Amino acid sequence: MTMMTGAEIVIRCLQEEKVDYVFGYPGGSVLHIYDELFKQDKVKHILVRHEQAAVHAADAFSRSTQRVGVAMVTSGPGATNAVTGIATAYMDSIPLVVISGQVPTTYIGQDAFQECDTVGITRPCVKHNFLVKDVRDLAATIKKAFYIASTGRPGPVVVDVPKDITAAKCKFEYPAEVKLRSYNPVIKGHSGQIKKAIQLLLGAKRPMIYTGGGVILSNASEQLTRLTRLLGFPITNTLMGLGAYPGTDRLFLGMPGMHGTVEANMAMQNCDVLLAIGTRFDDRVIGNPENFATVPRKIIHVDIDPSSISKRVRVDVPIVGNVQDVLDEMIRLLEVEQDKKDISDWWSEIEGWRARQCMNYAMKDAIMPQYVIEQLWEITGGDAIITSDVGQHQMWAAQYYKFDKPRRWLNSGGLGTMGVGLPYAIGAAFANPDRQVACVTGDGSIQMCIQELSTAKQFGLPIKIINLNNRYLGMVRQWQEMFYSRRYSQTYMDSIPDFVKLAEAYGHVGIRVDKPEDVVPALKKAFIDHKDDLVFLDIRTAREANVFPMVAAGKGLSEMVLADENL
Amino acid sequence: MRHIISILLENEAGALSRVAGLFSARGYNIETLTVAPTEDMSLSRLTIVTSGSDEIIEQITKQLNKLIDVIKVVDLSEAAHIERELMLIKVRATGKDREEMKRMADIFRGRIIDVTEATYVIELTGSGSKLDSFIQAIDADLILETVRTGVSGIGRGDRVLKV
Repeated sequence: MTMMTGAEIVIRCLQEEKVDYVFGYPGGSVLHIYDELFKQDKVKHILVRHEQAAVHAADAFSRSTQRVGVAMVTSGPGATNAVTGIATAYMDSIPLVVISGQVPTTYIGQDAFQECDTVGITRPCVKHNFLVKDVRDLAATIKKAFYIASTGRPGPVVVDVPKDITAAKCKFEYPAEVKLRSYNPVIKGHSGQIKKAIQLLLGAKRPMIYTGGGVILSNASEQLTRLTRLLGFPITNTLMGLGAYPGTDRLFLGMPGMHGTVEANMAMQNCDVLLAIGTRFDDRVIGNPENFATVPRKIIHVDIDPSSISKRVRVDVPIVGNVQDVLDEMIRLLEVEQDKKDISDWWSEIEGWRARQCMNYAMKDAIMPQYVIEQLWEITGGDAIITSDVGQHQMWAAQYYKFDKPRRWLNSGGLGTMGVGLPYAIGAAFANPDRQVACVTGDGSIQMCIQELSTAKQFGLPIKIINLNNRYLGMVRQWQEMFYSRRYSQTYMDSIPDFVKLAEAYGHVGIRVDKPEDVVPALKKAFIDHKDDLVFLDIRTAREANVFPMVAAGKGLSEMVLADENL
Repeated sequence: MRHIISILLENEAGALSRVAGLFSARGYNIETLTVAPTEDMSLSRLTIVTSGSDEIIEQITKQLNKLIDVIKVVDLSEAAHIERELMLIKVRATGKDREEMKRMADIFRGRIIDVTEATYVIELTGSGSKLDSFIQAIDADLILETVRTGVSGIGRGDRVLKV
């Protein structure tokens, strides 16, 4: 066995894990590692312009492929800049390994230059983290990090490596597998509970299926589609779960929650049996849990994380297990089961809600943001990877781009991090070189990681940026309009840059769109004429367009405000 | 409701702060916390006294189990168990109080383990409530200092918390 330095070991471990992209930014504590990166070409390093973007890009790499994303940052500010990215991934259960440099072990605790307690700072927003204190533990620790990140309920793992450890030498041996006595995620669901669930589902008169990001994380879209069609039940996907079931299918009722459809929210509220899969009854999805609990429905909840079950809502049939395995078992039982109840009355009730056509919007002289998303769907054939930032544009993208497939919709659902859109598009573009990638953003969000236009230039990424520019921090402004008597406190952007010139300054193509009739030609220019370029479409939209329907915070799901009640 | 939660965890740097951090991050309450390595030095045994509704205790147990360093979690108060806490209390012992303190220590089966002309240090073991009673039983003005370990607990009979 050959002797290797810690830095060599880090790179060898990444090779062993078949990592082809690392998103990162160099610095003092990781110099040895970057030197080893330089000497090989299996692991490609993508230099970003800010560590936050490195983690977001690694996160998007994972979201769009299911593989573990990898980021590398230096100690101190490198690590603290990465925290937003790590917390974003943690909230959405995205598997990441973040390797951070640390000051030499003998300096730790001495307030050394670029020292911070990375393990302490990241502890509340990681699945697990490690500080490597001996080079002989390094390989096994990295192996554990990949194992923990990608199994059970996935999540980010930080490995903090002091600089002297990267210079120290030892024999390299990459363990074939790891076993942790304290970590044994449950995979198969309890068969008795699954049988109980099937009986409940077959006896339901007003059933409803409600699924979240867990279905996508578990790669169970096929199983979910099969199960839903076998049952013929209505289904809704949360913001994190969009694309798990075809968005254009008749059984699909749209997204539920604060900006969900009437049919999805009313069916969630009025069903007698609710099958919840890989989802966590978030406050943005079910509204007020007390109001939600007033309905005597039976709830079946499938989730790999026991702590998600009965956390916000009491559940009648909990099933702890990997979604894909549990759904396989359910399908197996359903295929031999006898007839289920006739639910045509329930469907006609749902069709009544659907007939309300809550997604309709009025065309105006100004460009309606909803229209832009519909046209984006048309020109991309509904099959692009769409990333978004956070705010009104995020909701419009979720509502009007009908995702038919999983891993096409990348956004920060849990933490709600403005600024993810562009780095997400960068990560997705590396992971999916043959697919169109568009970033739907707003004039507020895009400025939070705008420097990444430089990264996109360096690597020639043909991302299309759809900037729904309303010269407002739109979602906050909407709340101020509805709940603060139109006092627009700090939500007017009165010195936003000329995005066209800005895009050009970074070496990209910028196009400004002011009129509704120019939207489609501009999209064609971006997606056809400039197919291989990054195009920044700065689309001036109706300034005070609002996202509807809306369930105000703390209200119940049936207390929606609709667009036409507000026009 | 008061609960005594026993945790077996990896005896590693940072493991304790993961547990303590979980309680503060999620707003759970810690009344007492004790921790020490077991006969197997790779393991620590931690006892937390907390309180909350059944739902909260269920969440605490589930969240603790999610921590990678946590090997096993048991709510001792769910079944027959023994709890003990150690207190060292330094009291003024002069004049007529000197005899009185000796008598009170005897009644509570405490032991005087340090003696000066003016003070005693009394060692007292028992349930948390027994220690509380002792403090209430003596004159508050005579207490110079108290130090308590927090509750340790173990299940009665065959119930064993082991890897």
